[in-house]
Amino acid sequence: MADHHPTGIKRWLFTTNHKDIGSMYLWFSFIMFLVGGAMAMVIRAELYQPGLQFVDPNFFNQMTTMHGLIMVFGAVMPSMVGLANWLIPMQIGAPDMALPRMNNWSFWILPFAFAMLISSLFMEGGAPNFGWTFYAPLSTTYAPPSTDFFILGVHMMGISSIMGAINVIVTVFNMRAPGMTLMKMPLFVWTWVITAFLLIMVMPVLAGAVTMMLTDRHFGTDFFNAAGGGDPVMFQHIFWFFGHPEVYIMILPAFGVASEIIPAFARKKLFGYSSMVYATASIALLSFVVWAHHMFTVGMPVAGELFFMIATMLIAVPTGVKVFNWVATMWQGSMTFETPMLFAIAFVILFTIGGFSGVMLAMAPVDFQYHDTYFVVAHFHYVLFPGAIFGTTAAVYYWLPKWTGKMYNEKLGKAHFWISMLFVNLTFFPMHFSGLAGMPRRIPDYNMMFADFNQLASIGAFGLGLSQLLFLGIVIATIRGGKKAEDKPWDGATGLEWDQLPCPAPYHTFDTPPKVN
Amino acid sequence: MAIRRKLFASLTALLGLALSGVVQATADLNMRPGVTETSLEAYDLHMMVVWVMTVIAVVVFGLMFYSIIFHRRSKNPTPATWSHSTTVEFIWTAIPFIILIALTIPAVKLLIKMEDASNPDMSVQITGSQWKWHYKYLDHNIEFFSNLNSPQQTEHFEQPGIAAEPNYLLDVDNELVIPANKKVRFLVTADDVIHSWWVPELAVKKDAIPGFINETWTKVPKPGVYRGQCTELCGKWHGFMPVVVRVVTEAEFDQWVAKKNEERLAAEKAAAEAAAKSWDMDKLMALGKETYDAKCAACHQVDGSGTPPLFPAMIDSPMVKGPAKDHIDIVVNGKAGTAMAAYGAQLTDAELAAVITYERNAWGNNTGDKVQPADIQAFKAGN
Repeated sequence: MADHHPTGIKRWLFTTNHKDIGSMYLWFSFIMFLVGGAMAMVIRAELYQPGLQFVDPNFFNQMTTMHGLIMVFGAVMPSMVGLANWLIPMQIGAPDMALPRMNNWSFWILPFAFAMLISSLFMEGGAPNFGWTFYAPLSTTYAPPSTDFFILGVHMMGISSIMGAINVIVTVFNMRAPGMTLMKMPLFVWTWVITAFLLIMVMPVLAGAVTMMLTDRHFGTDFFNAAGGGDPVMFQHIFWFFGHPEVYIMILPAFGVASEIIPAFARKKLFGYSSMVYATASIALLSFVVWAHHMFTVGMPVAGELFFMIATMLIAVPTGVKVFNWVATMWQGSMTFETPMLFAIAFVILFTIGGFSGVMLAMAPVDFQYHDTYFVVAHFHYVLFPGAIFGTTAAVYYWLPKWTGKMYNEKLGKAHFWISMLFVNLTFFPMHFSGLAGMPRRIPDYNMMFADFNQLASIGAFGLGLSQLLFLGIVIATIRGGKKAEDKPWDGATGLEWDQLPCPAPYHTFDTPPKVN
Repeated sequence: MAIRRKLFASLTALLGLALSGVVQATADLNMRPGVTETSLEAYDLHMMVVWVMTVIAVVVFGLMFYSIIFHRRSKNPTPATWSHSTTVEFIWTAIPFIILIALTIPAVKLLIKMEDASNPDMSVQITGSQWKWHYKYLDHNIEFFSNLNSPQQTEHFEQPGIAAEPNYLLDVDNELVIPANKKVRFLVTADDVIHSWWVPELAVKKDAIPGFINETWTKVPKPGVYRGQCTELCGKWHGFMPVVVRVVTEAEFDQWVAKKNEERLAAEKAAAEAAAKSWDMDKLMALGKETYDAKCAACHQVDGSGTPPLFPAMIDSPMVKGPAKDHIDIVVNGKAGTAMAAYGAQLTDAELAAVITYERNAWGNNTGDKVQPADIQAFKAGN
C-alpha cells in the first residue's frame, strides 16, 4: 500500500498515523522538557547562594509551580504516550492504534492546553504560584485569577490522557496479531496497558478536584473552605488519590523500556517474565491504597497513619522483584554497553536509590523529619529524572534506528550519557543532605548553613540542563545525516518490530497481521 | 618579621577554618539528632533504615557491577539461556518482606508514642497566618505574634551582607518560650492557608490547617534555643516565617510568665491612655507608617502599590478614598473570602487608628481624614 498522506502542515494536523502522532508527542514533550528545564534554571540560579538575587519570591513560587506542572504533564507523560504510539502497534503486530482519529485529537489538545497554562505567566497577578500540588485554600481563595486558566488547562490535559489511555487499552485488547497472547506481549506493552488503567481511573479524580476548586472560586461552594463547612484536608486526599497512582503512571512505562533494553544488550532473555508482569500489576494495585503517605503531618488518626505506612512499605516488595529480575537478566549474559544500555543500567541504579529514600519516607515517625524538605525533592527527582527521563532517553536511542532508519553517533551518545550521569547526581544527590540538614522545599532564600549543598546542586543543574541540548543535537544530526541503520542494528533485540520490520519502519506496518509463533 | 608572623597566623587560621569547614560539612551530611527523647529515637530509626538500605545497595549493586565486569561480551561471549527460577524468585520476594517487617515494628512503636499528646503539663495554641505565628499560652493568659526578625521584609534583603548573619531567616522578634522537662502540648491551627510548624531538633512537625486543630507535643530535657521554619508552601513569604523555641528552666519560665503579665498590664494601660487622648496628624502618620510597614506592606507594598489583583493597591483605592467606617471595618474585621485578615485583635486601637489615617493620607491620597482611637472604640462597640 502506498503511503498516501497530505504533505506539509496538513500531514501533521490531520494525521491519524500512529507513527506521526508518536513523533509529535515526542517532540512536544521535548519542547516542554526544555521549557520546564528553563524554569528549573531560574530556580537554581536564585538558590545558587543565600539572599534574594534574581527573582521576587512570588515569581519564584510561579517557577516552582510551573516547572512541576510542565514536567509532569507536559514532558514526562506525553513522552510516554509518544513511545506508546510508536511502539505498541508494532510490538503487538497491529496496523495502527484502534482509534486513530481520537489519537489525533488527544495529541492536538495538548499544545492548546499548555499554551493556556503557560500564557498565565503573562497575566495580571501572575501564573499559578501554589505549587504543582495546588493545595487548597492557597489555590482557591488566595490564588491569582490565572488559576482558572490552569484549571481549564488541567481539564484538557486530563481529557487528552484519558483518550490516550482508552486508545492503548482498546488497541492492546483487540488488535493483537493472532498468536500474540497476553503473556507473550513485550513488557513495554504490559507496563503501558497497566499504566492506561491507572490513567483512566485517576485522571477523572483530578478533574473532580479542579472542578471543585473552580466552583469554590466562582460559584459559592465550600468544598475546601473550612469557614463554610468544607475541609482543606479533603483536597489533599482527593489530590493524592490521583497523585500517587500518577507517580506510577510516569514510571511504569520506563520499567517496560528497561525490560526491553537490558535483555537486548545482555543477549539473554528477560529473567522472570511473568513475575515482572505480576509485580507491575501489584505496584499498580497498591498505588491506590497508599496515597495518604504524602500527608503524614496533616493530623490523621494514628490508625490511618499505621495503615498507610505499612501499605507503602509493601510496595518495596514488587519493586524489589523488578530490580532483582533486571540484575538476574544481566547475570551470565554477554553484555555490551551501547548508549541505550548505559541509560538503562543507570536507570536501574538511580531509580533504586530513589526507591531507598522512598522506603525511608514511608516510615511515618521519621517522615515527620523528612516531610516537605529537600530530602523529598531529592527522592522524587531521583525517580523522575534518572528514572522516567533516563528511561525515555534510553528508549529514544534504542528505537531511533527503527524510527528514522539512521544510526545516531555512538561516541556522542556515550558522551551524553556520561555527562548526564555526572550532572544528574551532582544536582540531586546534595539535596538529600540539605533536606536532612533541615531545609524546607519551595523556599527562595535560605540560611547560610544550606549554602554549600545548594551551590553544588545549582552547578549540577546548569550542567544537566545544557547537556540535554547535546541530546537534541544528536537526535537532529541522526535524522538529517546519520549513517544508514541496518534492519537489525542491535543483534540481541527481539520482538516483532525488530524481527519482522525493516529500519526505518514503513509508514504503514502490519497491514496483514504477522505470524507469532 | 611581623608581617611574616601575621601571614603565618592568618594561614593557620585559614587552614583551621578550612578543616573545621570539612568537619562541619561531614556533620551536616546527616539528620540532626535533636534533643528530645522522640527526636533521638527518630534519629536512631533513621540511622537504622539508612544502614539497612546501604547494605541492600551494596549487595544488589555489588552483584550488578560484578555482572557488568565479568559478564560482558569480551569476557563471556556465550550468554546463559536460563530465564526463570521459582526458588530464587520466592527467596527474593520473602527476604524483603522480612526486612520490612523488621523495620516496621520499631516504626509503629515510635509513631504511637509520638502521637500521644495526652496528660500535658501545659498547652500552647499555635496559629499560623500569612506570614507569622501566633502563640497563645492557654494556661497563662499570654499571647503574642512571632514575626521574622526584621522591621520590613522587602527592605530587609537590601541590607548588604545580611545573608551572612548566622541566624539569617531563622530569627524572630518574639520567641516561643517553654519550660524544660515539661510535657508541652501544641494545638496547631491556621487563620488563612495551610502552614506547617517544624522544629527539627524537637522532631515536631505538624500542619496548621484553617478550621481544624491538630495536636502534637514535646518535652525538651535541655534548655536552649531551637530553630525551625514553616514547611508548607503558604504563599509569597513562605520561606520567611521561622519558628524559634527558647527552652528555659522552670524557674526562668515562671519569671518570664510574670514579666509577660506585667508587660501585658502595662501595655493595656498605655493603650487605654493612648486611645483616650486625641492624636495630631503627625503622630498618627508616624505610628501609622511604622504599623503599616510591619503589618501591611508584605502584601500591599511599602509604596502602597499592592500586588493586584489579589492584594489591591492603596493609592486612589475606592476603599481608602471612601467612607472611613468601611475602611475601619475591613481593617478590624478583615474580608471574608479574600486574603485580607482581621487586625482588630492584633493591633491596639491607637495603631489601628494610625494605620488607617496613614493609608488615607500617604502616597498622595491626602484625604485629610484623621481617624482617632476613639473612632475605633466606637466602631468596635457598635460592631
